[in-house]
Amino acid sequence: MDYEALRFIWWLLIGVLLIGFVVTDGFDMGVAALLKVLGNSNDERRVMINAIAPHWDGNQVWLITAGGALFAAWPTVYAASFSGFYIALMLTLFALFLRPIGFEYRAKIDTEQWRSRWDWALTAGSAVPAVIFGVAFGNLLQGVPFYFDDILRLHYTGSFWALLNPFALLAGVLSLLMIVNHGATYLQLKTEGELKARSEKLSSILALVCAALFVLAGVWLYSAIDGYSVTSMIDTNGGNRTTEKTVAIASGAWFANYAKWPLLWLIPALGVTGFLICALASKSRRHILAFVSSALALAMVILTVGVSMFPFVMPSSSHPAHSLTMWDATASESTLMIMFVVACIFVPLILAYTAWSYFVMRGRLNEQHIRDNSHSLY
Amino acid sequence: MDIVDLSRLQFAFTAMIHFLFVPLTLGMTFLLAIMESVYVMTGKTIYRDMTKFWGKLFGINFALGVTTGIAMEFQFGTNWSYYSHYVGDIFGAPLAIEALMAFFLESTLIGLFFFGWDRLSKEKHLAVTWLMALGTNLSALWILVANGWMQHPVGSVFNIDTMRMELTSFSEVIFNPVAQVKFVHTVSAGYVTGAVFVLAISSWYLLKGRDLAFARRSFAIASAFGLASALSVIVLGDESGYELGDVQKVKLAAVEAEWNTHPAPAAFTVFGLPNAETQTTDFALKIPAVLGLIATRSLDEEVPGLTELKAQHLQRIIRGQEAYVLMKQYRAGDKSAATVARFNAVSDDLGYGMLLTAYTDDVANATAEQIALAVDASVPKVWPLFWSFRIMVACGVSMLLLFAFAFWHSAKRTVDKPKWLLKFAIFSLPLPWIACEAGWFVAEYGRQPWAIGEILPTHMAVSQLSVSDIWFSLATIAVLYTVFVIIEMWLMTKYAKIGPSALHTGKYDLESPVAKEA
Repeated sequence: MDYEALRFIWWLLIGVLLIGFVVTDGFDMGVAALLKVLGNSNDERRVMINAIAPHWDGNQVWLITAGGALFAAWPTVYAASFSGFYIALMLTLFALFLRPIGFEYRAKIDTEQWRSRWDWALTAGSAVPAVIFGVAFGNLLQGVPFYFDDILRLHYTGSFWALLNPFALLAGVLSLLMIVNHGATYLQLKTEGELKARSEKLSSILALVCAALFVLAGVWLYSAIDGYSVTSMIDTNGGNRTTEKTVAIASGAWFANYAKWPLLWLIPALGVTGFLICALASKSRRHILAFVSSALALAMVILTVGVSMFPFVMPSSSHPAHSLTMWDATASESTLMIMFVVACIFVPLILAYTAWSYFVMRGRLNEQHIRDNSHSLY
Repeated sequence: MDIVDLSRLQFAFTAMIHFLFVPLTLGMTFLLAIMESVYVMTGKTIYRDMTKFWGKLFGINFALGVTTGIAMEFQFGTNWSYYSHYVGDIFGAPLAIEALMAFFLESTLIGLFFFGWDRLSKEKHLAVTWLMALGTNLSALWILVANGWMQHPVGSVFNIDTMRMELTSFSEVIFNPVAQVKFVHTVSAGYVTGAVFVLAISSWYLLKGRDLAFARRSFAIASAFGLASALSVIVLGDESGYELGDVQKVKLAAVEAEWNTHPAPAAFTVFGLPNAETQTTDFALKIPAVLGLIATRSLDEEVPGLTELKAQHLQRIIRGQEAYVLMKQYRAGDKSAATVARFNAVSDDLGYGMLLTAYTDDVANATAEQIALAVDASVPKVWPLFWSFRIMVACGVSMLLLFAFAFWHSAKRTVDKPKWLLKFAIFSLPLPWIACEAGWFVAEYGRQPWAIGEILPTHMAVSQLSVSDIWFSLATIAVLYTVFVIIEMWLMTKYAKIGPSALHTGKYDLESPVAKEA
């Protein structure tokens, strides 16, 4: 296998890890963000929390792994995005801090005030990262201002407030609603009675809103946001020459890949369709279909961003030639190869034992079950 | 404070707080697996209750381990972006493998450990517990492979075109002797922490005359496991000393306050007051030959002192100055064969040349004074290392004694353990944490001024952030972590006080009042 193929595989694998994160951790973040929205009593909120209790920690490792894989496979992208989005990343961290302790400590003291505080902590801990990840992707699509100096030290010249522009905020809202909707479809699978009915109702509306916002973002991107294209030859098999290419900024450039390979239109189309099916399935109480179509929609939204930007992963708005692409911001060939072998061995294993853990914990939860096992559950 | 100081402070703070929770997790997962194994083998439900109760305390600790762990992975990118770019090709791999091989396993199975009791057969649940313990320990392995590489970077080469270190041999990175020794030393320290934790709390129940059957069995398991682990920590600690003598001579010399090279075999300074001004150790109490034995495993090899090491650094800084200048020349476009050849001849010392950038932007014309400053800063401060090392060793020896007595009494099946032993155990509770923190301080502060040993100085490794950004993050983290740690310790104390009655099985001493309260 040559360097070029490995680089492409790692572009796919980073996508797989991000999709794994959104599809799994996405639903537990969604459920936690809905605690105060759908849960009307402590018992109901405990049903919601215990529906995700055995899984949220494993799910969150998708995020950790995506971070680690970014570090290993695209070290410069990891360095540039994490330091460039410093304040945003720190706010994400602060929010993520609240989740493990929120889940673990909430049931440890039996008072209304204690529980209510942790409910808010869990809500914020889950909703804030969803918004920020959306905002980050919204900014990547517009390019962010950074450059490298002569020894390839990175200088980011933007500010945190500049990240909060209208398009990025739309992406943030879409991201939050997608996650929340995904959580609601999971609750359809795991709960009974009124809680389930409320989840169905929420998804049947929210999925439509997501579809609309996704289309709106696409139209906005097409009509008002310039894309980037590489105008020199990149040696896709050679060592990184991150700053030595030429890049043009042009309107419609983010749609060039679709023009070249029209079949790619299937990806955003499936995204919209996924949301629509999710809304219908939630309405007609086909819970498995609702969850699966929501997962499909999430995956397609992420793929759409990736495919539109391909081969870019982090364009520089101030120094377009310094933009990071999946051809020239990667790890060395041997590191990519080793990590590919490791992923081939462990990803199937992870999927197997994760599936087993869901199988072991299968079935719906109700308030009676919570009351009967009050001291061993969250 | 500048961005380097602030980023270092933030990393040190988050790492040290993180490591309050990690060792207990490492030790407790194994202790839980042992307790549950006894349950499955004997069928006695008291061992299941032990697994569940100590598991409850473990869960309170684990949550903060996860919380503070996320920050560690993010920070390389947020605050150390040049580091991430410069060595990510090597350093990122073990972190990613850790997640794929270990962290997934641990985090997925912990859900089944807590919530799978009624859904899994005894044997399957036991398998889950063992795999969770395996996951936490594998996780430590990969982190220490990464850390070992920072201390002693092997299996990699500098690439001037990509301006970074690139991997040449992954097996050298994995089998890095520093990493292997550190791994066993660190996980053993974790086992000791778990054992002291269980021993101290069990001793408290015994002293109060509560839940005696439960406490005695916990005491017995903790004392046996703890004795084995404490011996392992100390033997492997000694092995670390040998590795230091081999590959990290500067750290060893600083830890031992070896100002000058003495005729072999070197003496070990048990106690003294290192004095940086006079370059001597006042009131030194020395044991002849012991340091030579630890560091070189011989009686005729010298242990180099700081003065001699600095003289070597001076030579390397001068060569590194040339390497740095040639590197800049190459980066500016002069890619002639002559420049490349001259650079390759001195490129091993590029890192030493970078040390000068802390004192001047014009490295080519660095003055003799600036070079002297860089030489002085090429070794870490002595007294903090000298003292934290001795604190670590003193804690270790004290815990070894504790476990020896505890094991003696549980092997003799003493029904009423002597009060002094129970009190000794209770007052030993903070020791493993003090030892762990002191040990990490020696490892990381002793690495200074390097982020990656002899390759990348710490001051070059930072992200180009603004001071106010880092103040914001540092202050917020400090406040949040303080609140979290207070809540954690309060819950831990509360549940430790309730004891096994917290399980609500109806079998334990405090059962009825607690049932009403909770």
